[in-house]
Amino acid sequence: MIEIDNVRKSFNGKPVLHGISGRFEKGKTNLIIGASGTGKSVLLKCIVGLVMPDEGSVSYDGRDFTHADKSVKSDIRREIGMLFQGGALFDSMNVEANVMFPLNVLTKMSPAEKIDRVNFCLERVGLAGVNKKMPSEVSGGMKKRVGIARAIVNNSRYLFCDEPNSGLDPQTSIKIDNLIQEITYEFDITTVVVTHDMNSVMEIGDYILFMFEGRKVWEGSADTIAAAEAQELRDFIFANKLMRSMVKS
Amino acid sequence: MESVGKFMIFLGQQFVRMESFKTYARRVVDEAILIGYNSIPLFAIIATFMGAVTTLQTAYNLVSPLVPRYIVSVVVRDMTLLELAPTIMAIVFAGKVGSNIAGELGTMRITEQIDALEVMGINATSYLVLPKIIASIITYPMLVIFSGFLTITGGYLISIATGVLSGTEYVYGIRYEFVQFNVGFALIKAVAFGFLVAAISAYKGYYTVGGALEVGQSSTSAVNNSCIAILLADYVLAQLLI
Repeated sequence: MIEIDNVRKSFNGKPVLHGISGRFEKGKTNLIIGASGTGKSVLLKCIVGLVMPDEGSVSYDGRDFTHADKSVKSDIRREIGMLFQGGALFDSMNVEANVMFPLNVLTKMSPAEKIDRVNFCLERVGLAGVNKKMPSEVSGGMKKRVGIARAIVNNSRYLFCDEPNSGLDPQTSIKIDNLIQEITYEFDITTVVVTHDMNSVMEIGDYILFMFEGRKVWEGSADTIAAAEAQELRDFIFANKLMRSMVKS
Repeated sequence: MESVGKFMIFLGQQFVRMESFKTYARRVVDEAILIGYNSIPLFAIIATFMGAVTTLQTAYNLVSPLVPRYIVSVVVRDMTLLELAPTIMAIVFAGKVGSNIAGELGTMRITEQIDALEVMGINATSYLVLPKIIASIITYPMLVIFSGFLTITGGYLISIATGVLSGTEYVYGIRYEFVQFNVGFALIKAVAFGFLVAAISAYKGYYTVGGALEVGQSSTSAVNNSCIAILLADYVLAQLLI
């Protein structure tokens, strides 16, 4: 479980996060949602330690991450897998080397064990047989899958996904969403997804934290979101025609 | 001053939370191929032509019956060892390797590849930059030796081809009152310049903020700053060591 407590962050004196708190539970797909520019990605970066919060704390299964020393932080980070918006695959390495990278650097597994593990993860994300392709030779959806395989290859306990659907068509988006959810349940990990895609929200949102202008406005699940009363959330959910017509019908 | 301080902190970060020796060894070999081996063709062409042109221009300017003709190759030799091979080639090195390092790291930064390393618990600065600096410090002196050899050879070939001086005169001049320390001096400069180009370029690339435009600006800035640092270091080393 990941707990965030009163996380605040400002850039050049301009507040971006106004004391956000929340609990992301193990074995659930936890979503941070909100419109562009509300601070979702900054919050995610605070959680994984890429940005240091000005105030507040983040803890991983009771271990304080924000105020921990570098070695403790490093240990926790080795339990984290992250899927970045563009995949963030290493251009100079093929798919296999990308997925194997955490194993090469963070473990002492034998080459045969590493290959087995890489093949297992690639198969799990539906990419068996693409080992030798370069990142430039695979599609956007495949890059995301490779990114997921790399994120879980080291038996990560925490999976973070930053806008996993950006740049993907609706069908591929749903496949990626379902894959993230399946992996969360299968490996019993804590997953946090930052998204503004309502399809994802309705599809995989076990826990949803809605942000508006750097503040947490609402929290709940996909089952209760349509009945939420917060106006900012309703404006966000019902911004498109499809959602409005679904509610009417 | 703020930039200098930030640069020093950046260098210090190379030595915290380091990965295994094996990881660095493999990375250094990869970088040595990219930085050193891949620079050989360009260095070979520039060095050979530089030697040829230096010989011709020196011969053109030394038309006095009082000056023996072998002095042309003495001048070529000393220019090569003291400035052409270590310093001028360092400017070429900054243009080729420096811009490449800054562009690569800048692209890695804007495409979140550096963030991906940090999230994995890897010290991205040390993992990415230290092997580049070590590879540059190892391979640039080798490139200087190679360039020096080809510059002098270029001069020899053009001497024979144009007849400005004979092969025997050229070789006599190359050996005439040879000061061994000049080779050591060239190599000391090469180590310093290799370090400066890799470290400055990596620093500029690593802290790129923005998009493709900023990556281009980082590359340009890396080359500019490297060139200035090379010239300053050249002056300081000449003052200290000669």
